[in-house]
Amino acid sequence: MIDKLFPSPEAALADMPNGATVMIGGFGNAGMPAALIDALIAHGARDLTIVNNNAGNGDTGLAALLKAKRVKKILCSFPRQADSWHFDSLYRSGELELELVPQGTLAERIRAAGAGVGAFYTPTAFGTKLAEGKETRRIGDRDYVLEFPIHADYALIKADRADRWGNLTYRKSARNFAPIMAMAAKCTVVQVRETVALGELDAEQVHTPGIFVKRMVRVAAPMKKVA
Amino acid sequence: MKKLDRKQIAARLARDIPEGAYVNLGIGLPTLVADYLPKGREVILHSENGILGVGPKPAPGEEDEDLINAGKEPVTLLTGGCYFHHADSFGMIRGRHLDFAVLGAFQVSVAGDLANWHTGGADDIPAVGGAMDLAVGAKKVLVMMEHLTKKGESKIVERCSYPLTGARCVNRIYTDLAVIDVKADGLHVIETVEGLSFEELQRLTGVPLKRLASAA
Repeated sequence: MIDKLFPSPEAALADMPNGATVMIGGFGNAGMPAALIDALIAHGARDLTIVNNNAGNGDTGLAALLKAKRVKKILCSFPRQADSWHFDSLYRSGELELELVPQGTLAERIRAAGAGVGAFYTPTAFGTKLAEGKETRRIGDRDYVLEFPIHADYALIKADRADRWGNLTYRKSARNFAPIMAMAAKCTVVQVRETVALGELDAEQVHTPGIFVKRMVRVAAPMKKVA
Repeated sequence: MKKLDRKQIAARLARDIPEGAYVNLGIGLPTLVADYLPKGREVILHSENGILGVGPKPAPGEEDEDLINAGKEPVTLLTGGCYFHHADSFGMIRGRHLDFAVLGAFQVSVAGDLANWHTGGADDIPAVGGAMDLAVGAKKVLVMMEHLTKKGESKIVERCSYPLTGARCVNRIYTDLAVIDVKADGLHVIETVEGLSFEELQRLTGVPLKRLASAA
């Protein structure tokens, strides 16, 4: 019988090696798998490469992982926030490498990895600093920049509901990067609010098919208000 | 001359968004446009993080941490709105499905180059977000900004000195002084604020402007 549910976030991340590339879902706090990030911090793996839209804010979650100095490189589109002080100081001191990627290119590079696409041409960033040194090509009447996929060892994402096969649904704008990150990683670990019996998710409404999911942990998070 | 305040620039721009348009409002100043879309005109707002049909701010106490806009502020969803993942969201942008992107700017050049993501300062933390995708992807890029810097220098320039967000991508500029179209043959002044002559606008702007017959 297939059952992808693990007993705890710690158990689900136990085999995380040093130097792993880890995608972390979420856009700001929406969809951020906080319990999995806490387990990653507790685990102690270091020299990580992190892929996330942001670079953490406040003192918890991804910001706490950065503060613990477990991250050598981060790929993101928007590190600067009013409260991104941990990223800011590590970046300025040169302790953290940043690869800044336009948000749509970040999403498509992740999608390409999951979909088996070797590389793609995008018009985004042509003629800007972020395309410097990259191969370009004129196709029709537009100029494009060649971009390569981002593969990951792990993706840590958050979902709303799941069955034991790993079929997932998300809630509102917490979906964001989760479906494509789930596809792009060798081992996708899901923090899910509620698990249901097989057949209880409407097959027409499954957002991420279970084939993209390896492990799940149930974390019944209470609804929190936005500060 | 009667300079427009930020809300008035937003209201002026909102007048030009037609019924049925799909629009992305950049974070910061452009978000104000949502407040001035005429009631009864159906305009569908897109948010990069996977929303079509973004509604107004929720009432206090009604915020939902799973429902935020690209600026990470709590929002609501209009009836008929929907959610989707990031690759689809940027497919909408890059695939030329959005009618308008409204963006703030540090500088816009005569050729329509846009600089709005980075000052290029050594200590400045770069953050681009979705700006480069919006700049090349939307059918029309509308820029909303103050005409002059705090030092009184024109933000409409011959050549951007800040790093570019996109080359030749801006279609129209709305400032506190004027509305200006960016065309292949240069900048066309569509209108100026009350009490501001074309000649005075030309003097303040520095780069060559063309006068439309209807402009003051």
